[in-house]
Order: sequence, then C-alpha cells, then structure tokens
Amino acid sequence: MDFIRNFPLFTIVLSLFSGVLCYLLKGKTARRYTILYECVLVVLTGCVLYYTITTGEPFTYTMGEFPAPWGNEIRAGVLEAMLALVFLIVMLCSILSGFRFVDADLDESKVNLYYTLVNLMTAALMSIVWTNDLFTGYVFLEILTLTSCGILIVREIGRTTLAAVRYMILNLLGSGLFLLGVVLLYDLTGHLLMVPMQHTVAELAADPAVMPILSISTGILTIGLAIKSGLFPFHYWMPDTYGWATPTSASLLSSLVSKAYIFLLIKTYYRAIGIDVVMRMPLRNILLVLGMIGIVAGSVQAIHADNINKMIAYSSAAQVGYIYMGIGLGGTAGYTAAIFHIITHAVTKSVLFMTTPRLAEVSGDSLKFKTLQGSALRNRDAGFYFLLGALSMIGIPIFAGFSSKIQFGLAAVEAHSGVRLILVMTVLALSSMLNAIYFIRTLIRIYSDPEQKLRREDIRRHHRLGYNLPMGLLCGINVYLGLFSPAVLELIHRGLEMFG
Amino acid sequence: MTLNEFRHKCAAWMQGDVDVMEHILDGSEQPDLSREERKELEKEQRERRSLSQYSRPLVRAQQKGFYFLYTITAITCCVALIGVLLFTVANLPRYGEENPRTVEVVERYVEKGLEETGAVNIVSGMILDYRAFDTLGESHVLFTALICVMILLGKDRKNMRREYEDFYMVSQDTYFEISKDPIIRCVGMVILSGIFLFGIYILLNGQISPGGGFSGGAVMGAALILFASAFGFEKVDRFFTGKLLKIISFVSLAFYSFAKGYVFFTGANGLENHIPKGIPGAILSGGLILPLDIAVGMVVACTMYGFYSLFRRGSIGKGVIR
Repeated sequence: MDFIRNFPLFTIVLSLFSGVLCYLLKGKTARRYTILYECVLVVLTGCVLYYTITTGEPFTYTMGEFPAPWGNEIRAGVLEAMLALVFLIVMLCSILSGFRFVDADLDESKVNLYYTLVNLMTAALMSIVWTNDLFTGYVFLEILTLTSCGILIVREIGRTTLAAVRYMILNLLGSGLFLLGVVLLYDLTGHLLMVPMQHTVAELAADPAVMPILSISTGILTIGLAIKSGLFPFHYWMPDTYGWATPTSASLLSSLVSKAYIFLLIKTYYRAIGIDVVMRMPLRNILLVLGMIGIVAGSVQAIHADNINKMIAYSSAAQVGYIYMGIGLGGTAGYTAAIFHIITHAVTKSVLFMTTPRLAEVSGDSLKFKTLQGSALRNRDAGFYFLLGALSMIGIPIFAGFSSKIQFGLAAVEAHSGVRLILVMTVLALSSMLNAIYFIRTLIRIYSDPEQKLRREDIRRHHRLGYNLPMGLLCGINVYLGLFSPAVLELIHRGLEMFG
Repeated sequence: MTLNEFRHKCAAWMQGDVDVMEHILDGSEQPDLSREERKELEKEQRERRSLSQYSRPLVRAQQKGFYFLYTITAITCCVALIGVLLFTVANLPRYGEENPRTVEVVERYVEKGLEETGAVNIVSGMILDYRAFDTLGESHVLFTALICVMILLGKDRKNMRREYEDFYMVSQDTYFEISKDPIIRCVGMVILSGIFLFGIYILLNGQISPGGGFSGGAVMGAALILFASAFGFEKVDRFFTGKLLKIISFVSLAFYSFAKGYVFFTGANGLENHIPKGIPGAILSGGLILPLDIAVGMVVACTMYGFYSLFRRGSIGKGVIR
C-alpha cells in the first residue's frame, strides 16, 4: 500500500494532538506552532489530492484491524481531498491575516486556548470530510459545535456571549435531530458505515411500506444539518454570530463550519442513503423552495442592515440558500454546482470577513456604514480586497461568483423545464440584482470621501506583508476559479462519480 | 408612500441611516455606541414613544395578533411533529425481532468479541477496539468542553478588574463556605478513600466487568469534588494543582491519540502491532483496552473536577490574575 494513503489518518490524529499540545504552550508559541502545523497539513492534503487524481480511484482506510461493517473507516476521493485542501488553505489564511485581532480582542492568558480550539476544529473538519461512517460524523460534529461556540465566546463581550447562547441552543437542536435521524436509520438498516447502509437502504426502498419511514428519517437528519448550516427559516443566529466574533472566528464559522455540515449532508445522501433513493423522496422540492426563499430573504435583510458585518452575514445566509437550491435541483449538475459554490463561497467570504475589521480600524473601530465613509481610501489594501470580494459576490465575470451562478443556471436548464426553470432563473436574476444593490452601495460608501476626512496619519502601513500574502492567495484562488472553472468542475464531477 | 418619500428614504439608506425595519427580526440590540450617539438615540426613542401613543391600541392589537398566531403555529408544529414521530415509531421493526439484515454487525460483536479483542466486557471491546475512532473523538469532546468552560468562566483581566479583587473574593460563595463543617468532614474522612478505591477498581476492571474509563473517571472526579467541598480548595491545591491537571490531560490524550494512531496505522497497513492480548479475564488483558481506559478515566476525572473548580472560583488552580 502506498504511504500516501496514511495521510488522511495523520491529518486527524496530529490535529487532535496539536490541540492538546497548544493547551500547554504559551499564547505566542501556540500561534506560531498552529501556523506551521497548518502549512504541514496543506502539504499533506495536497499530496492526497494529487494521489487520488493520478490513480483515478478513491481509497478506503480501515481504522484498526477490523474491516468494513465492524470497524471504523475513512475514505478519500478527489472530492474529499479537494474540499479538505480548500478548507485548510482558508483556515491558514484566516489565522495568518487575523492573529493581530485575536491578540487584541482576547485576554493574554486565553490566546493559547483559542489556538487549542482552532486545532481541535481542524481535526473535526478533517474527520467530517474524510469519514465513511455516519456515527463518526456525529461525534466530530459535536466537537465542531463545541469548538465553534468556544471561538465565539472567547472575545468576552456581552454580545458574543449572547450570540453564543443562541447559536449553541440552535446547534444543539440540530445535533439532536441529526442523531435522531442516524438512530432511526441504524434501527432500519443495522449499519452505521455508509456503504453497507446504502446497500440495505436500496433493498428496503423497494418496499413501498418502508419508504415513508426512510423519508422521515432522512428528513429529520436533513433538518438537523439545515439548522446548523443556517438554511432560510433557521438563519437568524447568523448576523449576531458573525457580526461580533473575532474576525478569524467569523471567517472560520461562515466559510468552513457551516460548509462542513452541508458537505456531510451531501455525503450522507450520496454514500449512506443512495442518491437514487433520495431523488425519489419529496425532500428535494422542500430544499429547493427553502433555498430560493432563503436567497431572496437573506439579500433583502442584507439591504436593511446598518452594519457592514451584519450585511455580510445576511449575505452568507443567501449563499447557503444557493447551495441548498443546488441540492434541491438534484442531478449531478445540481450537486456539482452546490459543491462548486461551497468552494467559491469559502474563498470569498473569508476575504470579506478579514477586510471589514481593517476598514473599521481606520474608522474609529465602528462597523456602522456611517463611520465607514472613505475608509477604503485610508486603508487601500483592505479596500482593494473588499472590492474584489464584493465583485465576486455580485457575480461579475472573471470572478468565481460568476462561474458558480452560471453553473446553477445550467443545472436548472439541464434538470427541469416549465415552472421550476422559470422560478430558479428569476431567483438567480433577482438575487444578483439585490447583491449588486447592497454591495455597490457599500463600495460607493467606502470609496467616497466628500468631506475630505482623509488624513495622512490615518494611513496605517504596518503588517502589510502578513496581510497581503494570505489575502492575495485567496483572491488569486478566486480569480482562478472564475477563469478556469471547467478544470475544477471536471474534478468535482469525477469526485461525485467516485461517490456513487 | 409617494415617490418623493421613497427617494428620500433611498438617500438616507445611501447615507447609512437605516430605519426601514428597525431590526425587529434579527433581535439584536443597538451596538456599542459612544456617549453622544447614545444620547441622540435616547432622544430619538423618546420622540418615537410620544408619537406611538397615538397608535398604541393598534400596536397592542398587532402584538396580540402576533402572539395568537405564534401560539397557534407552535402548537400546530409540535402536534405535527409528534404525529410524524409516532407514525415512524409504529412502523419501525419490532424490538427483539430477528431480522437477518440488521443483526450482521451485532452478531460478530457478541460471538467473536472475546476472541478478537481479548475483553470479557464486550461493551469495552466494542468502544475501544472495534469502533475506537469514535471513542477517540468522544474523549476529545470532553476536553473541548473543559476548554470552553475555561474560556467562559476563567478569571482574567478582561472579566475581572484588579482593584475590585477584594469585592470579587467576597462575592464568591467560597468565601462564606463552611468548609470546617464537622459533619461533612467526618463523613468525608470515612468514605473518601472508599470512593477513590472504588473509582480505581471500576477503571481497572473495564475489560472484565461493566465499567471502564468513562464511569470510573466520573466516580474519581466525584470523589475529588467531595474532597474539595469537605476540606476546602486549599487542601486540594496541595496535591492537585492547575499545572498537574494540564499535564495529566495532555499526557493521557496524547497517549490515547498516538496509541490508537499506531493501531490504526498497523491495522490498515496489514502490519503486526505487537500488542499482546493477554488471557481473557485476567487484569492484564484486552490489549490496549486497559491503558486506554486509564487514560480516558484520568481525562474524565480532571474534566469533572475542572468544571466544579471553574464554576466555584473561576480557575482550576489558585486563581492568580497576571
């Protein structure tokens, strides 16, 4: 067996160990160690991605000496490796460009605890991406829930604590529903590993009497994950959570954590239940409708927001709506679009969340639109990255947002005709327009300075390299995704084929 | 709304003054404002209140309508969910029914568990050998919870000010604690060693009899808590400091990760793992189960005591704010 096949295991076990190690280290050392360690992880997952692309087939890795239906298992294909790589790059860039704010927002004695949580979160993300077992998914989902609450409350101002309480309650509700769904599926099939479960489900689904129960258990599981990732009626925790957390936390929560839940959902559909069975359930129509409402509602609320972070948070809700719309459209094209949008959004949102604190910093530490007037002129770097991110969110060609919106349109054309097609197209057009309204308004605000408030001493120039490097990398990936989307789409397509 | 009004509203929106929904929906309060801004806001609210006096009956009616709708919707949702779940339960396979499809996994655990894991207690064999990866995650869940509580309740310069430290001392319940209470002390002296021993017994016998790391650790943690409440935190701090807790958690979890990582590595690569299974039923049996049980037990005991200490005095060791 090739040695590279061990790398997924290493990413999980070493992350768990690093988490515990950072608990012993001092704050600064913990940060340096974490950054170095994330670089190592990026290399490891890069190797796995290269390996799976060259061999052209996925591999499963037995955790221990007991084979599939009895022992745990992890699995790596093109899709898993690619998502793991994107997640790790985004995480590395968020830590690199945000550690200054972490140092400022946190008490000195708690900085190492922050990096402990970040490392444990990495372990959980990796496990959820690699897992081939529903219950392992649940266990690491719990770690993800706890760590995301932890990196939220660590700022220790009243608002983050309040937001964390709300986030915690909704998240625990989601975990509980997910567990209930897993238990029901286990009761029906007698398996927790995904592949044997899929075989049994395929046998069961032939019986029309069992189909409703299968739909209900899948539905409960889906609602659980939808609450956790913030689909339309459950997205009200988003603005406070993302709006007040430390920038790094906001970026990690919005671009990685909620996406990991969605990826687990897609994985469950494809590998544990079987996509053919899922397509026969009424569930996808509900997801399609909720996704579409979510897109419009999120965008409208973003227009009403008076605070730039809240606006971006509501826009996140809209983007989650896009992803669920892709799942609801179904078919390989729909899922490809959904996964492509997961990557796009992870890369774009993290840039936006890392620029706003810098804009606020030169505007008297206020995130309100009123005070942000002309802030991009005071911090040109941050303004430029915000411009790129905003253009990508609106869906201007050459940026990633454009290609992902095109993919949704193509998926709709391919899979449907009639009312659904018209509805999806209308929502796509409407949401692009709404996106343009609130992002262009923000751009005008931060780039115009009628009262000539710009003063020479406002321009801050320290930490430029440490900020430009990660942001430049993320924006570079963004443009790459926009210009060379066929290559990435081809990879996603192959990954989905390996899934089935 | 006339066109002119709409135009004004749009202009205000461009300026950053947003009033359209007044943020009823997202439930957030006003953000951190400077003093002047707050004064302005209060004035605005006062004006709005005086305006709303005219429309109060309407508002009340709207509120009433909202609550009525809210109650109706909540009840409908609950009833629907109960109905769906009852329907599901009624249609699930009957308990104890022999179903060849669903017993494949369980059969092997029961029939071959002893032979393959070397543990008489099949539950231990299952969670620490067959499905050890899940348990690896589960033991880190506890550790994560401890870290989160530490972040939330740990005393630091941000949530404590040095000039008020005396005040905080008095306001804590440990200050008035009757740690010299003779009844608790006498009973504690008698039963504490017994509880500790019982905890260790459960911990070490995980592979033979019901018990294991999680339950044994919980008993030991409970004993530590009783010790702290009977004799005071000063006595505990003499042998169980924050630093020791750090080191114990680190060593146990690191050992757990690496031992299991080694087993996963050898198992997946088809190598021999050189860990003797021992004679089933003996104390040294079950391969890695015993050391892993000890590691889990240590973490659980530390976490339980850590929670108690953090809730009572805001730190695990002596609370010193640097």
